[in-house]
Amino acid sequence: MTRPAPATVAGPAGSAPASAPGPALVRRRLARILGLVALLVVVLLAVGASLFLGSRAIDLSAVIAALTGHSADATEQMVVLDLRVPRTVIGLVAGASLGLAGALMQGLTRNPLADPGLLGVNAGASLAVVVAIAVFGVGAPSGYVWFAFLGAALAAVIVYAVASGRNGPTPLSLTLAGAAVTAVLTSVITLVLLRDLDTLAQYRFWSVGSLVARDLGTVPPLLPFLVVGAILALLLGRSLNGLALGDDVARGLGQRVGLTRAVAGIAIILLCGSATSLAGPLVFVGLVVSHVARRIVGPDYRWILAYSIPLGAILLVLADTVGRLIAQPAELEAGIVVAIIGAPLLIVLVRRDRAVIR
Amino acid sequence: MTSTLDSDIRMLGAVRSATRRRVLVVTGILVAVLVVLAILALMLGNRIVAPGDVLAAAFGQGPGGDRFVVQGLRLPRLTLALLIGACFGLVGAVFQSLLRNPLASPDIIGISQGASGAAVGAILLLGWSGISVSFAAFGGAVIVAAAITLLAGGFGPVGSSGRSGAVGSRFVLIGIALAFLAQAIIGYLLTRADVRDAQSALVWLVGSIGTVQPAELVVTAVGALVLSVALAVLAPRLRMLQLGDEAATGLGVRVTRTRLLLTLVGVGFAAVATAAAGPVAFVAFVSAPIARRLLGGTGPALVTSALVGAVVVTGADIVAQHAFPGLQVPVGIVTGIIGAPVLLLLLARGNRTKGAA
Repeated sequence: MTRPAPATVAGPAGSAPASAPGPALVRRRLARILGLVALLVVVLLAVGASLFLGSRAIDLSAVIAALTGHSADATEQMVVLDLRVPRTVIGLVAGASLGLAGALMQGLTRNPLADPGLLGVNAGASLAVVVAIAVFGVGAPSGYVWFAFLGAALAAVIVYAVASGRNGPTPLSLTLAGAAVTAVLTSVITLVLLRDLDTLAQYRFWSVGSLVARDLGTVPPLLPFLVVGAILALLLGRSLNGLALGDDVARGLGQRVGLTRAVAGIAIILLCGSATSLAGPLVFVGLVVSHVARRIVGPDYRWILAYSIPLGAILLVLADTVGRLIAQPAELEAGIVVAIIGAPLLIVLVRRDRAVIR
Repeated sequence: MTSTLDSDIRMLGAVRSATRRRVLVVTGILVAVLVVLAILALMLGNRIVAPGDVLAAAFGQGPGGDRFVVQGLRLPRLTLALLIGACFGLVGAVFQSLLRNPLASPDIIGISQGASGAAVGAILLLGWSGISVSFAAFGGAVIVAAAITLLAGGFGPVGSSGRSGAVGSRFVLIGIALAFLAQAIIGYLLTRADVRDAQSALVWLVGSIGTVQPAELVVTAVGALVLSVALAVLAPRLRMLQLGDEAATGLGVRVTRTRLLLTLVGVGFAAVATAAAGPVAFVAFVSAPIARRLLGGTGPALVTSALVGAVVVTGADIVAQHAFPGLQVPVGIVTGIIGAPVLLLLLARGNRTKGAA
């Protein structure tokens, strides 16, 4: 299981002797807060890049003018306000919540391989979107949102109920139940797609995970879910630290293990359901981000959770921006770029930091 | 003192013989189920052959129509179902006990996705079909497996603590990363292709044994046989590895080499089965846990897993052919829809018994 506080933090804090915790702890906390601030700066840079870069070259001043609504060129104003701003905002929101949900999921299942997609969330959302297209004839991604959210929530509830049995869920039963429900739903999806060519034609573009042609109007109604999910998640840091030591130790420390799992489950449903309905099933973000966060701050979930928010946003916004630039004049979907960036990153992390993986 | 030791030994003996009896009973039941399923598979279809005539037809006796249907069409399909079922069952058993992670199955660690990526590329970009797609899939599986092995940097004990669980996690995580990479490539190919081609690629992606070619059957059978012999040789060492690296070393097992060999065998099974039928969903994942639960133990349960895999695929293929009249469903869809709930059921029951114990 987890070793207590290995010295994974770079800098002076890691080398401080355990006998003098006071100043060392303060310094370590300061380093972590500074790191968080630095990450927020990177988020801003990524947002800037996403607004300024694209297949149509627009001057810095022209972008700013368009943002403030004083652009001389109507096309430029349209490109910035109607195309780039929505995908940037949705990338920020979806990336941040997927990152947070990934960290939560790993803490919940004590499995470094866990990804929010494993809880059945993505498969549930995908099936709901397939039904929306095939049965209800919904044509635009913005129309999928509530279907996806409902499907994600329903699937996660089923996974949770099955995994609980009589004695509440264990990390293993959650993981297995998630994989099983995902398999069932994926099979049903394929069955529908094999019989319905029109649905496949639409669905395949949604399913790779893309930020294009998303409606900014879908963000505000989802915002309450996201905020509640994020607050619940951030409150769980200490409990997840206890859980990492095993159920019995956590109980011995006076924690209510079942309650922690239930709250974490709700937070994951809220975060993933919203993110998936906004951007499609982006599986990889949560997994990569929680590993990067763990690499930076060590095993303390309070900090892993905090760090995974900006990291997720950075990954998704950057992936979307890169996808616009590398395949000009066409675009590569953000979900594909996330895998292209994320897979090597994860491999490097796994190879480098062996102690992190339990 | 001696009397308690005696009773301990006697109890150990009793437990052992009970375990052995359970293995025999479970194996017998699984074989019986398999025989029933095989007869059903040979009987059913547009031309229904009576149970009594099936065996005769299979050996070339009886009316010509029966002979053609049973020998020419159903027997090859049944054989392939049995073979790939057993292969997938063994893959899951080997990987899950070797890497000590219930998620270690070829569908999760990228071997299936590597095979699928290569096959989909061959179908959509090169316009291949038939057995050449199988070779592409085999190549894809082997490339991904080699990449995981190289990137995971060998199989030795990790760091000073030498926890072998870490090796497993590293291996699986790198596999997952490659799986997502392959998945992204598949998604890219599917979005760029003509939607009709995408649909035929989808059939391959879900795993199907609808068309069986004799050459394919022979290649699969030979591959499975060779790998089974290798696995039989390695099996005792796999059991020792489960005791932990230090204990296994103490028992004279060369841990690093054994792990590498076992991985190669597991990958071989996955590649052979996936090349023949596509990544039939969930069989590898589900067979070993079911086998372990049936046996009530924690060992690798290789033979039982293979039998469970064969039962799952054979049964699922019967359902796939006959459950929806007028529609041939790929077997992978049925294994996904049926196999997963079976696992869930076992899980729910397992939770209960654990509570009682």
